[in-house]
Amino acid sequence: METEMEELLEILEDLHPEVDFETCERLIDDKILDSFDIVSVIAEINERFDVAITAEKITPENFNSAKALYALIRKLEDGE
Amino acid sequence: MLFTSYGFIAFTAILILLYYLAPKKCQWMLLLAASYLFYFFAGPEYLLYISATTVTVWLAACAIQARGDKTAAYVRENRETLTREEKKVWKEKGKRAQRRLLVLCLLLNLGILAVVKYAAFAVANVNALFGAAGLERRFSVPDFVLPLGISFYTFQALGYLIDVYRGTVPAEKNLFRLGLFVSFFPQLVQGPISRFGDLGKSLYEEHPFRAETVALGLQRILWGYFKKLVIADRILTAVNAVIREPETHGGAWVLVGMLFYALELYADFTGGIDITIGIGQTLGITVKENFMRPYFSKSIKEYWRRWHISMGTWFTDYIFYPISVSKPMLKLSRWSRAHLGEVVGKRIPVYLSSFAVWAATGIWHGASWNFIVWGLGNWVVIMVSQELEPLYGMFHRRFPKAEGSFWFRAFQVVRTVLLMSCLRMFDCYRDVPLTFRMFGTLFTEFNWNILWDGSLLNLGLSAVDYGVLLAGLAALFAVSMAQRKGSVRKRIAAWPYPARAALWYGLFLAVLLAGAYGIGYDASQFIYNQF
Repeated sequence: METEMEELLEILEDLHPEVDFETCERLIDDKILDSFDIVSVIAEINERFDVAITAEKITPENFNSAKALYALIRKLEDGE
Repeated sequence: MLFTSYGFIAFTAILILLYYLAPKKCQWMLLLAASYLFYFFAGPEYLLYISATTVTVWLAACAIQARGDKTAAYVRENRETLTREEKKVWKEKGKRAQRRLLVLCLLLNLGILAVVKYAAFAVANVNALFGAAGLERRFSVPDFVLPLGISFYTFQALGYLIDVYRGTVPAEKNLFRLGLFVSFFPQLVQGPISRFGDLGKSLYEEHPFRAETVALGLQRILWGYFKKLVIADRILTAVNAVIREPETHGGAWVLVGMLFYALELYADFTGGIDITIGIGQTLGITVKENFMRPYFSKSIKEYWRRWHISMGTWFTDYIFYPISVSKPMLKLSRWSRAHLGEVVGKRIPVYLSSFAVWAATGIWHGASWNFIVWGLGNWVVIMVSQELEPLYGMFHRRFPKAEGSFWFRAFQVVRTVLLMSCLRMFDCYRDVPLTFRMFGTLFTEFNWNILWDGSLLNLGLSAVDYGVLLAGLAALFAVSMAQRKGSVRKRIAAWPYPARAALWYGLFLAVLLAGAYGIGYDASQFIYNQF
């Protein structure tokens, strides 16, 4: 069965197949993800994980790596 | 008091002197007094507007902070007794109360902006609609005086308020300190639109005199005046000659007007921002950069990340994201995926939110249809290029050497400059049908000989003026290229004294001698002051 992390990586790789999301930790700082990408990722996460990421959560710290984004999803799933 | 007036230069010089003579802890108060004095010179009646925005935003931010603190304290004190569900309910209740305060203050301040800036435009359009429908009824068009810099300081203040609501920055308890953030005079008239988290600390810190920082600031100011007075105000004469007589300036003249305006706007706006950042630096205050060599962008999307950066990030953070990830938008996205398919559903949030952003960007620039059409023109170009990306991908797979090659990059840069210049025609002609008509003449009037038969000398510029412009353009280009390796002024500071002294005195003389003055000449207003 596909884990949540794998599913997240799939969402990201759909947008930028050329990027290694498992290791990249500067997705925002290096402008790999732009604002359109971020919105597409959030809509996709909402669709697949049933988690709503609000505007104030859109920070470089939360979106710089797949790991950080996954941590955010887990936090929101836990209702924090 | 224009940046280019002697009064402003004297005002700033006296302020810098007093700033470093005053006790350090009073420096920010002196800046506040100077900012209000500057605004008083612009128009005493404007003080009411900026004070109202400052006080209402201060009150709302403090109340939002207090409500958040109260909720957090209650949850903390009752950590042991409250269930997880109850904690969640408390937090949501607190957030709802904060949201009410936020919305109230946003509506009030955007309401003020709407009334003074857009009421006349709205009423004129309603009257035109009535006329089109054959109705007799007409409303009188209100005539409000637009307070100087209202679009800039309102957005800056509201950005701070939203940041407090989001918990990004703490509320400023001192009304006068917030007053300085909202009114800081160098950025009051044309930005940048600073964030409290970036500028706040730097404004209130104590700044001892450092000759090196002051010198770097003065050099930046001088470079700003060079761009404004030697380049922008000189080429302005030719731009006006082309634009104000459209009937006799079609075809190749339109291209000349577009490109000259591109140079004028760049030199004018970036020159003004250089002066702003330079004044900040002489006072020890860091104002964030607002440009990153925008004319070297390879796409319109990239251009908007590098031109008027503070406005672009403001619209992205406070309009684009909140709309695109809002619950109704996500619901709409889900519904569209289910009913209209994946392809449409996925695009809905981005398309609708960026439409709202570009309509807002257009109307922020001015209450007229030409700005709205200009904004939406940008939206169309960005969306079309987004949709064409698979095609670009195919091209690059077919010609792998093109990407990254100098000539392909040069092509992308020229394409972006031309596209932006075409869109800016709405800003030049300020009349939508006329803009389309003039654009059409590019393809119907074949008068390309004007480019080399001496006609360009009939635009109010002599051969010497063109020589000065070319030298100025070469200087702009050289500085832009050099900036890629870091601060140009810091590198110049490492030169031997005679070389750097010759350069700065040379630049000073260039501003004095080659600035577009002349008898009866009055330096023109900065273009962005009117927004």
